Amino acid sequence: MTADVDAAITRAHREQWSRVVATLARRFGDLDVAEEMAAEAFATAVERWPLDGVPPNPGGWLTTTGYRKGIDRLRREGRRDAKHQEALMLSGPAEPLGAVDDDRLRLLFTCCHPALATETRVALTLRMVGGLTVPEIARAFLVQESAMARRITRAKSKIAAARIPYRVPSREDLPGRVAGVLAVLYLVFNEGYLASDPEQDPIRSDLTAEAIRLTRLVRELLPDDGEVTGLLALMVLTEARRTARLSAGGELVTLGEQDRGAWDRDLIAEGHALVRERLASGEAPGRFQILAAINAVHTAARDARDTDWSQVVALYDQLVRLDASPIVRLNRAVAVAEMDGPDVALALVDGLPLEGYHAFHATRADLLRRLGRSAQARAAYDRAIELAGNTAERAYLTRRRDQLAP
Amino acid sequence: MAQYLVSVLDDRTGSGTDDEMAAIDVYNDQLRADGHWVFAGGLGGPETATVIDARHGEAVFTDGPYVETKEHTAGFWIIEAPDLDVALRLASEGSQACNRRVEVRPFL
Repeated sequence: MTADVDAAITRAHREQWSRVVATLARRFGDLDVAEEMAAEAFATAVERWPLDGVPPNPGGWLTTTGYRKGIDRLRREGRRDAKHQEALMLSGPAEPLGAVDDDRLRLLFTCCHPALATETRVALTLRMVGGLTVPEIARAFLVQESAMARRITRAKSKIAAARIPYRVPSREDLPGRVAGVLAVLYLVFNEGYLASDPEQDPIRSDLTAEAIRLTRLVRELLPDDGEVTGLLALMVLTEARRTARLSAGGELVTLGEQDRGAWDRDLIAEGHALVRERLASGEAPGRFQILAAINAVHTAARDARDTDWSQVVALYDQLVRLDASPIVRLNRAVAVAEMDGPDVALALVDGLPLEGYHAFHATRADLLRRLGRSAQARAAYDRAIELAGNTAERAYLTRRRDQLAP
Repeated sequence: MAQYLVSVLDDRTGSGTDDEMAAIDVYNDQLRADGHWVFAGGLGGPETATVIDARHGEAVFTDGPYVETKEHTAGFWIIEAPDLDVALRLASEGSQACNRRVEVRPFL
């Protein structure tokens, strides 16, 4: 019985938190009140549900409870400004679901507003939309809990004082703003994919799972946006390889050396279906869709030797036309090495302005190793190890360096 | 409606060109036409500033700005907008018109 109730509360938190916050934010016109009242509603559920039973509509119950608590608090504080009066005058929160879904989208766009600093957008999105607690977010990004709390509080006061609007951006602004939301979700995912901090686990499945969950939500809300679908495909195709990316000894395993039998077939099937959906649309793909297609090519090969490298290089060529940044050119060179050989790739890599980027040195090291230039490879490995934050990647690079011919 | 201060950042004084002035006039007319205009003005350089401290009775005057910075406020607009999205759009147009970086802050 108690275990059932616990499970119901956990599920309600996972499934309903963003709906509850989003609806309350619109009702009260205040993110701070919405967040606190949502938290109080869940605390009340923890008290009441074991005694009264789980309500038939947990989301509705939580929203109503949060709404009543908000009204009580505003009355208690005697707040009478126009916005709060307006909130008091609105009818009870039993509304059709369509409006609620729009609220979650509003919430997401507000949390990812371009007037907020990037790390603030990430933190605010994880708190308000993802429902992570402040200590959880602080741990995820290794900052002091008090510092994270201050960052979130400052963001909420800026949203209120500068009047960052609670709405889906206008049609003309929408593409840019969706891109901003996706950038935040991709940041969260990447921090989980390859944790940058040596104090953390090398792969943070909590963060990748949360990023995928939020991206699924965005896709539910914006099903026709190709880049949303592309990002979800990219994430699930990457997540499918998660367990194969780490050896028993805690070393990162490169794509070519992974045990492909350990890949998650269901996630790969889902990712491939999403990529096919985008190809069928006939629309020109954006960056995430191209990256997803590259991952689809990799995950379609049963053996690393069967990889269709010409297809991968062609997709990177397409990506370079959209984004000719040095990092994209570096990744393209890795694919070129498989098709045209390490010497051709090295010529492309040398001279890229990525001196401070560990993957640049790791790529050079690998190419130099394959060309038998051990001394130069060793120096490149040294530099890559020095710059890499991820422990599993360091372990892999260190072994590779120590295996070099003297 | 909320009001926002849009400050123009510059590192020189009196550096506005005729073209910039003309673009600013066009921008100001548009602000008025669309109902966003409250006030605008250009400021003398930091070397024209005087700091006054009358907190302890008799006023003490100090020549020059309170803080020496590389950049200073060369001028400003006060605009009216329903929310920050509109204010940011107007400020972007302002930045383009005066060919300078601008900073937006809400009035409380």
